[in-house]
Amino acid sequence: MSYQASATLDAETHDAISIDRSKGDFTFPERNKLDAGRGLTSKTVDYISDVKNDPQWLRDFRHRALQVFLDKPMPTHWASPDLNNINFDEIRYYLSDGEKPKRSWDEVPDDIKRTFDRLGIPQQERAFLAGVEAQYDSEAAYSNVKEELTKQGVIFVNSTEGLHQHEEVFRPWFGKVIPTSDNKFSALNSAVFSGGSFIYIPKGVKLKQPLQAYFRINSENFGQFERTLIIADEGAELMYMEGCTAPKFETATLHSAVVELVALKGAKIQYVTVQNWSSNVFNLVTKRGIAMEDAEVRWIDCNIGSRLTIKYPGVIMKGRRARGEVISIALANTGQHQDTGAKMIHAADETTSNIVSKSISVGKGRATYRGQVHIPKHLKGCKNNTECDALLINSNSRTDTYPAITVKGNRHSTQHEASVSQVSEDMLFYLMQRGLNPGQAMSLAVNGFINDLVREFPMEYSVELKRLIDLEMEGSVG
Amino acid sequence: MTTSPSATAAFPAWFTTRQQAAWGRYLAIPTPKRGDESWRFSNIKQLDFTGFTRGSGAPSATGLLARSTGLEATSAKFVFINEILAHAESELPAGVICLPLAEALVSHSELVEAHFMQQETRLGSAKFAALHEASLTNGMFIHVPNDVEIPHPIEIHHWLAGDNTVIFPHTLVVTGTHAKVRVVEMFRSADELQPGLAIAFNDLAAGPGSKLDYVAIQAFNEVSRVIQINETAAARDASTTGFILNTGAAWARNESLSRLEGAGSRSDMLAVSIAAAAQEYDQRTFQHHVSPGAFSDLLYKNSLYDFSTTIFSGLISVDEGAHHTDAYQTCRNLLMSDTCEANSMPGLEINADQVKCSHGSTSSQISEEEIFYLRARGIDPAAARQLIARGFSIEVLARLGDAALEALVIGFIDAKFASIANGGS
Repeated sequence: MSYQASATLDAETHDAISIDRSKGDFTFPERNKLDAGRGLTSKTVDYISDVKNDPQWLRDFRHRALQVFLDKPMPTHWASPDLNNINFDEIRYYLSDGEKPKRSWDEVPDDIKRTFDRLGIPQQERAFLAGVEAQYDSEAAYSNVKEELTKQGVIFVNSTEGLHQHEEVFRPWFGKVIPTSDNKFSALNSAVFSGGSFIYIPKGVKLKQPLQAYFRINSENFGQFERTLIIADEGAELMYMEGCTAPKFETATLHSAVVELVALKGAKIQYVTVQNWSSNVFNLVTKRGIAMEDAEVRWIDCNIGSRLTIKYPGVIMKGRRARGEVISIALANTGQHQDTGAKMIHAADETTSNIVSKSISVGKGRATYRGQVHIPKHLKGCKNNTECDALLINSNSRTDTYPAITVKGNRHSTQHEASVSQVSEDMLFYLMQRGLNPGQAMSLAVNGFINDLVREFPMEYSVELKRLIDLEMEGSVG
Repeated sequence: MTTSPSATAAFPAWFTTRQQAAWGRYLAIPTPKRGDESWRFSNIKQLDFTGFTRGSGAPSATGLLARSTGLEATSAKFVFINEILAHAESELPAGVICLPLAEALVSHSELVEAHFMQQETRLGSAKFAALHEASLTNGMFIHVPNDVEIPHPIEIHHWLAGDNTVIFPHTLVVTGTHAKVRVVEMFRSADELQPGLAIAFNDLAAGPGSKLDYVAIQAFNEVSRVIQINETAAARDASTTGFILNTGAAWARNESLSRLEGAGSRSDMLAVSIAAAAQEYDQRTFQHHVSPGAFSDLLYKNSLYDFSTTIFSGLISVDEGAHHTDAYQTCRNLLMSDTCEANSMPGLEINADQVKCSHGSTSSQISEEEIFYLRARGIDPAAARQLIARGFSIEVLARLGDAALEALVIGFIDAKFASIANGGS
């Protein structure tokens, strides 16, 4: 038996791997009343601003961002040249049925309801969520938060509502963690964003149950540009989870989100993502959090889907003893490139950051870790730990690691470690000797590889993750 | 630096053609700029080389020859001052070619042509490699035939003399099957105050089963600038070691590329850098595994004092089909001041299976406990820190496996520590 032999995926293997995505691979007829058309010009931006009834400052903000987007070159000098395959003129930047998000599940239009029913959202919500928002193409279709939380002052609405009804909280932080000019795609998002969540957790409020958002692309050639801003006031705590799916269209689809987190003094934010876009979605996301004194921002990030993901969740530790953490799992199958990583910017004394990244490359899949750790010289007592481990399943799988660590001054310590390995023949032999078939043995070994990270996910997710990995592994061996 | 190469009548036509082509490339390739990945964190301003010229006339050799001391036992010794040969002595086994490049180009034209700068410079300095190729007038050519072992190291001294002088030292070492050689090069300035520029290249081709060791000691004065480019190719079962010591220069850029071409080959890449004052050391490495079953191990150690900066960017690249690769990469930064800056970019690109690869990078200061331990034994804190820093650096030297060579390198390291202890240069 040799798992190296399976250099190319046979049809059966391919079917096995595709199973998991079928859950999201269905589509309903488009019934968009509002459509910004294809291509991106200042007219597109005006159309979106008109539809969303943007205040003048936001309209100006969008136009400035469009200019930045057009001026910035495609970052292919370091990133995958696959980016050049995105046709910005073919993409539709805004699609919506023009209706307000529904507060009650019964009011949601039937086909959208069926969409989210199939993804199991109402059951999940009843079971354990404090609030949920479901975005369908450009706008939220459903948004609900438990009543007692509203009474405590928790705000959980879509970004448009946040902007119009809570401008005094929204505007001071909007675009401050991730400036428009951060990169080409944050500029694109700033120009055409719609949807996404706005969350505010008042002082001292600790949410016991997570808030959740679902993102769904239903229309071909559609670009989803949601914008999320989460503010945890002093001492507040929350966990936010997002899931993403899209049907498999013939042509590529673009998802380019901007997520900004603000953890004020002593606050804790955990942001969990399980990204399972279909394998023709370009997923180019900018995520960054800012942590004030004693605050903590944790990104728990799992990338299984998409054609190309470029995403490096970051934390700016701005207050003393702030903590940043990125836990990342990436699974790259044939036709996929998971370019993920983390960015840790230490900007105060005694700040600590931790990055643990595990990637698995199957078939011809490619997993890349890119990281940045920055500790400037006027600080003291900063610590960073980075671990990246990569597992290669087949002989033509590929993995890269590109960290960049800058330490100034002598009162800090950083360590970085990376390893690349395979599942050893001995281990597989041992398991098979005990009656497991090669696929089961490989599955068990791979699950063991990421087990300590899977535990960081909420229970429902970790069960789901294990199952997804079992499916991905099925047939990759033999 | 604005003149094209002038054809030296004595050199073979192929070489003149190569130099002219290289000059064209030098002019065509754009100067690195901010945002170029291979110059990330680099101080691009250091690449402005206007004002540097070739030395005019031969500087006085007598004083420099007396200072050209190194190992006690050598099989050959050469001294160059501004690329001009000032001294040569050798006692080598029959069949070995060990000549200044200018001479070898004439006497062994075909052999030099077959090995001279055959690889593309990949780590960012292609423009400066072209300038080097277009401009060099001399260097060393060492060819060790099959089954010949050279008993003692070949020692080469390069002196940079005169104000704003540029030199282009070139060393080409080729070993035949099962041959063995060790080359030690020392780069120094004649004067402590005159700024100079060296764009040096060393090209090492290790034949099947051979052993090729190369040691470079860069101890230019602290107002000079250096680009050192290394290309190493290891054939089947060959073993190569490349070592660099950086104590001198205001700014030094090292690019080291090891290509493991043959199955079972091995490359050890070692470096010790001690940066003080405002020195900047910018090191880029590439471990390229072409064939299966090869082994590479990199260990770079930096000690940083004062306002110094180091950059380490290393990549292990395993080609498709290079299965059963073992590749390791470690960069350690010892931070000795609160104003120094260490940048590390350890990278991996793996396209094969059954590989064992790891990289690690750490940056830290000496812990208080270690200082306390030594103080408890009556050693003052300053001396204790020095002692630990010295131990940190010389640990790498043990990998050279030669006591005399180790002692030579330690001499340079201690001189640097002494200069730091005396308040810098």
